[in-house]
Amino acid sequence: MAEEVKLFRTWSSPFPLRIVWALKLKGIEYETILEDLQNKSSLLLQYNPVHKKVPVLLHNGKPILESLVILEYIEETWKQHPLLPEDPFEKATARFWARFNDEELLPSIWNASTKQGKEQEEAIVQVEENLKYVEEELKGNVFFGGETIGYLDLAFGWLANLVSVLEEVTGLSLTASGKFPLLSAWMQNFSDAPVIKECWPPRDKLIIRYQAMIEKYTAVAAPK
Amino acid sequence: MSTSDVKLLGGWPSPFVMRARIALNIKSVDYEFLQEKVGEKSELLLKSNPVYKKIPVLIHADKPICESLIIVQYIDEVWTSGPSILPSDPYDRAIARFWAAYIDDKWFPSVRGIALIAEGDEEKKEAVQEVATGLELLEDAFPKCNKGGNFFGGERIGYLDIALGCFLAWLRVTEKLNNVKLLDEAKTPNLCKWAESFCSDAAVKDVMPETDKLLGFAKVLMARFKAPPAN
Repeated sequence: MAEEVKLFRTWSSPFPLRIVWALKLKGIEYETILEDLQNKSSLLLQYNPVHKKVPVLLHNGKPILESLVILEYIEETWKQHPLLPEDPFEKATARFWARFNDEELLPSIWNASTKQGKEQEEAIVQVEENLKYVEEELKGNVFFGGETIGYLDLAFGWLANLVSVLEEVTGLSLTASGKFPLLSAWMQNFSDAPVIKECWPPRDKLIIRYQAMIEKYTAVAAPK
Repeated sequence: MSTSDVKLLGGWPSPFVMRARIALNIKSVDYEFLQEKVGEKSELLLKSNPVYKKIPVLIHADKPICESLIIVQYIDEVWTSGPSILPSDPYDRAIARFWAAYIDDKWFPSVRGIALIAEGDEEKKEAVQEVATGLELLEDAFPKCNKGGNFFGGERIGYLDIALGCFLAWLRVTEKLNNVKLLDEAKTPNLCKWAESFCSDAAVKDVMPETDKLLGFAKVLMARFKAPPAN
C-alpha cells in the first residue's frame, strides 16, 4: 500500500522539528513542505483553518494537527521504534511533562528572554523552578525515555536546540550555569544522537533569527 | 479492586473533575471521592500535584495522575474491560484529541473571560462572539465525528463528549449571570441536541451539577474574586 506522508513545517520552528525527529526515528519516508509563516500557503490554511500553524502532518491526504497530537498519531500508526512507554502510568507521566513543557517551561524561557527589569527577574526565577522539575524527571537516565530517545525527549528536545542560542543572544545563563548537570548532559546526548544531529537547523541562522525576534519584542516593550 | 485503591481529589463544581468522574463511571470503577474545601488546598493535594496544586488528581494504588484529559486517557488505558472512551482508529483519536486541546487552550478560557474579564458592553460582546465562534467550529465538527450517533464518540459518549460536555452547567450559569445566549438552537442545533443527550447519559447525570446550585456557588466565587484585596 502506497503511503503518502507530508509534513508542513518551517526551517526553524521547534514544534514541527518534533515530528521530523519522530518520522526519522521510525524510518518513515515523507515529503517536506516548507512554509514561510509571513506568507502562509493556501494549502496550509486549508488544512489548518483553526490555528493556521505548523506542523501539519498529511497522511494519505488527511491532516493531523498539533505537535503532541501528531506524535501520538505517529506512535499509533507506525509501531516500530516505540516512543511512548507501555505502562499507562508511565505514559500519563510522559504526557504530563510534555504538557508542562508547552504550557509552563517554554513560555517561561520565552518570557525570560524577552521581558526586562523586574518582569525578567521574575521570569528567570520561574525558569529555574521549572528546570529543576525537568532535571528531576530525568531520574539519572540518559534519556527521558530511558535507554533510548522517546516521546518526552522529543517534547523537551527544543531545549537542546535553542537554549544555548537564546543564552548567546540575551546573555542570560539558563542552563550554562551548570546548575542542572543531568539536564546539560541530556542536552549533549540528545543533540549528538545521529537522527537528531542530521536535522539540526543551522546555528548561525538561528542566532540571527532569534536576535531579530527578541529585538522586536524588547523594542515593543521598552519604556519610552 | 477495593474502593480505597482508587481515589479522586476534586470538587463537585469543577468541570475538570467531572471529566474524571464521568470516565470512572463509564468504566464502572468504584472510587473514593475526596472533596477539597473551597479556598483551601489539602496536604494530600499539595503532595500529589506539587507542580500545579490543582484538582483533579486521580490516585491509583498510591500513584498520582494529574491533568484531567491525561486522567481520562489513563482511565481508558487501565480499565480495558469497560466501553472504550477514545475511538479505536488513530485518525479519529487525533481528531478527538485536537478538539479537546482546542477546548482547553482556546474555547473554555474565552467562556471564563465573559464572566471574569470583560468589563463593559463592548468587551463582553467580543468575549461572547469568541465563545460563539468556538461553538460553531464544534457544531461543524460534530457530523464529521459522530458517525450517525448521538455523540461525538458515536453511539456512546467518548473522549470529546467528556472534554466539552463537562462545561455545560458552567455555560448555563454564564448565560444566566451575564444575560447572554451562548448555546443557541438557531446557530448550533447539533450541539443543542447533543447537550441534551449528554446530560441525560447514565455516566453523566449524577455528576453534572444542577444549574441553580452551581449558580449559587458561582455568585459566592465571584464575590470573593471581585472583593477588594484585604490590607
